[in-house]
Amino acid sequence: MVLAVRGVVQDNPYGDKLMITRRNALNTIAAAALAAGVAATAIPAKAAEDTIKVGVLHSLSGTMAISETTLKDSVLMMIDKLNKEGGLLGKKVEAVVVDPASNWPLFAEKARELIQVNKVDVVFGCWTSVSRKSVLPVFEELNGMLFYPVQYEGEESSRNVFYTGAAPNQQAIPAVEYLMSEDGGGAKRFILLGTDYVYPRTTNKILRAFLHSKGISDADIMEEYTPFGHSDWQTIVASVKKFASAGTKTAVVSTINGDANVPFYKELANQGIKAEDIPVVAFSVGEEELAGLDTAPLVGHLAAWNYFMSVDATENDTFIKSWHAFIGDKKRVTNDPMEATYIGFKMWTQAVKQAGTTDVDAVRQAMYGQKVKNLTGGIAMMNTNHHLSKPVLIGEIQGDGQFDVVWQTDGEVVGDAWSDFIPESAALTADWTYPWICGNCKKPSFTN
Amino acid sequence: MSRYFFIPLLLLLATAGFCLPAQADDTAALLSGLSGKSFKAKIAVVEKLAASGDARVVAPLTALLEGRLHKRKSDGILVIMTKLGGKRHIVDALSGAPLGEAKPRSFKKIRVNNRLRGVLRGALGALTLFAPEPAKRLSAARSMFKSAAADSLPPLAKAYLQETEADVREALARTLAAARLRHGSSEEKLAAAEILSGFPDQEVRDLLANTAQTAQGDLLQAVNRAHAGIEQRLAFFDILQNIFQGISLGSVLLLAAIGLAITFGVMGVINMAHGEMVMLGAYTTHVVQVMMQTYFPGAFAHSLLLAIPTAFLVTGLFGIFLERSVIRFLYGRPLETLLATWGLSLILQQFVRSIFGPTNREVIAPSWMSGSIEITGGLVLTHNRIWIIVFAALVFILLTLLIRYTDFGLRMRAVTQNRPMANAVGIRSSWVDAMTFGLGSGVAGLAGVALSQIDNVSPNLGQGYIIDSFLVVVFGGVGNLWGTLVGALSLGMANKFLEPYAGAVLAKIIILFLVILFIQKRPRGLFALKGRAVEA
Repeated sequence: MVLAVRGVVQDNPYGDKLMITRRNALNTIAAAALAAGVAATAIPAKAAEDTIKVGVLHSLSGTMAISETTLKDSVLMMIDKLNKEGGLLGKKVEAVVVDPASNWPLFAEKARELIQVNKVDVVFGCWTSVSRKSVLPVFEELNGMLFYPVQYEGEESSRNVFYTGAAPNQQAIPAVEYLMSEDGGGAKRFILLGTDYVYPRTTNKILRAFLHSKGISDADIMEEYTPFGHSDWQTIVASVKKFASAGTKTAVVSTINGDANVPFYKELANQGIKAEDIPVVAFSVGEEELAGLDTAPLVGHLAAWNYFMSVDATENDTFIKSWHAFIGDKKRVTNDPMEATYIGFKMWTQAVKQAGTTDVDAVRQAMYGQKVKNLTGGIAMMNTNHHLSKPVLIGEIQGDGQFDVVWQTDGEVVGDAWSDFIPESAALTADWTYPWICGNCKKPSFTN
Repeated sequence: MSRYFFIPLLLLLATAGFCLPAQADDTAALLSGLSGKSFKAKIAVVEKLAASGDARVVAPLTALLEGRLHKRKSDGILVIMTKLGGKRHIVDALSGAPLGEAKPRSFKKIRVNNRLRGVLRGALGALTLFAPEPAKRLSAARSMFKSAAADSLPPLAKAYLQETEADVREALARTLAAARLRHGSSEEKLAAAEILSGFPDQEVRDLLANTAQTAQGDLLQAVNRAHAGIEQRLAFFDILQNIFQGISLGSVLLLAAIGLAITFGVMGVINMAHGEMVMLGAYTTHVVQVMMQTYFPGAFAHSLLLAIPTAFLVTGLFGIFLERSVIRFLYGRPLETLLATWGLSLILQQFVRSIFGPTNREVIAPSWMSGSIEITGGLVLTHNRIWIIVFAALVFILLTLLIRYTDFGLRMRAVTQNRPMANAVGIRSSWVDAMTFGLGSGVAGLAGVALSQIDNVSPNLGQGYIIDSFLVVVFGGVGNLWGTLVGALSLGMANKFLEPYAGAVLAKIIILFLVILFIQKRPRGLFALKGRAVEA
């Protein structure tokens, strides 16, 4: 509880300055907050032996609640559906929902609680990379199983994590390739904008190396970072305009995170930057992020994902219908991390059925090569590096807040855990089957 | 090419629906080529359609640009779809004949990408260059700047010669020069570079820099000269723009902080829930907009004006309620106040999250607050920022007048300066406390209305501003509205002048560092209250 409250202090970048007495007062704060009823809620698991327990580790309060609440609901929806179809291995499936409250250390604590106290068989959770890094040691120590449903910077492959979101080669690289293509406008100058944390920094490092390999020099790359929740974009948008008026087609690659996007796009629209002139391709902006925004002035700006709600496919129609029925609101949108959660959950149920048990080691072996129809009409497959094969789609923002797909890869792209464009990681291999059995090796290890 | 441009004119004047059958077939056949998948093929079709000069293609091309052109799945016919009140009305793309209502998923949207969009704008520009409305001609002239083809030189020149409206003529001169620089003879190119140097904006700079990459000899010199001139002008505008951005950020900080200047500065209450008052103001704006949309859609454009008093009342009353129920028990105990108000801020956030959901809420910007105004070419100020500066100034002036000249202001100052004496002369100090806290909260609500225009309307809105607000109040000097004004403006300016050099992250750190140093030197801020004011 104390930790939950501390997280909020840490959200304030200058928290220490004004709250000198913070540490002494922590207990009082905790008491006050407890009285206020903001205690993280853990739905206690009924200690029934004949149920399969699925842990849900998504923030339901704090800054990340905006994105993660939807994923919690998605998991609940699928569990609900599974139970209606008769459960799994003849048992009922039960969700154990905890709230790590957008607080990274609390993620680790809640993960431990899920595995040790609630004895869950699998966990679906995390959004930010820092929360995943925080729970990683817990899952490895206790041999748990985590499904991580968000696009991320790669450079990781844990035995205990299945990454169902996109790796950089399934999102960032194809997006930049598209911008450089004739259809994408033939950009030769790039502006890399991002929020200042690990995902944008690593992605941009990969992109810079990729652009170098395409013959684009450092003089034609501008890299800018902003604090979390940055709201005054005047200077940066003005400098984007300036950088883009040097006689060469310029594009913006945005790894700006959640909350800061709305003021960024508002400023972009107001300063009259049209997508035809300076297209902005974003990796963290989906249907959900556009919900609070008038998109008419943003038509044509791009996003790269493995799924868009507008895709015309029967699986997608069914999914959207059941989502609207479950949530009771026809206006709610679906997005890429929801699809990743859907694929992960389906794969896990298939693997459990195949293994005949929920034992983590057995299910892990059954996961490899597991195939699930994805929502865009293709097949997603789990590879031995714990990443998926998925198609990559590029969509343009439309006036109604949806995306129109303007380009997509011919087939599925295999997720690459270790980027070929970073010298240190190019030689690394992640493969959790014999003879490799490791997440970052140069040679097979042959042993477990 | 030029003579074909009379055809659209004639057709525009002629009654709708009248056309030559042979031409209709050609155009219709061409138009159906739009329903393919390849963007390359679509671009070729649009170029051919534009060259046909048939005025009827304006409607389908405009619809295509706006994403309203669809293909009927049953017979492959192209239609224009308009959504009105949840219904989809369709008309034939070429003739405009109504085809009734559409069922969802029975139509396939004709997709557009950025490249096609650029070609479309150029094509539509060429087709509407001689439109009777000046506004259409102006946008035609502007949209052709980037994409005018070689064969549009004669019509552009003709349009320029016969144009009577000054601003359209200027836009045409700019576009004509750009087209000549690209496609004209070598003398025309030289003259065009000269003309373009009179338009110091970023698009022209881009064009000149692009030309310089391939130009040689005299032309290269002329282009470089023009480019250098524009560069110089733009550098000067940069400074002006920086000042504007500084004032703008300062006005946002002022709005966020001025309510706190009253509750913290005047009353001495460390109000950590101040940011949530701002957030409540923003949500009130959202609710007012939704209500207006449902009950008075006609007056929707004024919803923001109505939101101003509503937000003030809602947050003001809520502030009074908070003061009466929580804060009045904590006067003189700053640590407890801090903790209690902080707890309140968490409650309020989660409360709003439970009611409105964790996702952002949309606050629609009225047309007078979106877009930007071009002072001269290259110096662009955005409307919403200008209005926020005006609004902040108004709020500040009204508040100063209220405190200086009204009876309530007098009582407020009396209570904050010497409470026992104020009590002794018959002022009900507890009542004044409640009203003062209400006033501070109400002003925070006003800030929420303004911030809904530039930021997320989400439960976290207030968190982003609370620290900055304290920074402004402490820096400006506790208990002084003028100090808040100067503090907000100087922090805004300093931030905006540092940002281009240091980047957004470092600029924030430097500012924080400087303020800490400053507070070390002058613990009571820029404008310390002198005299015998009672220590809070």
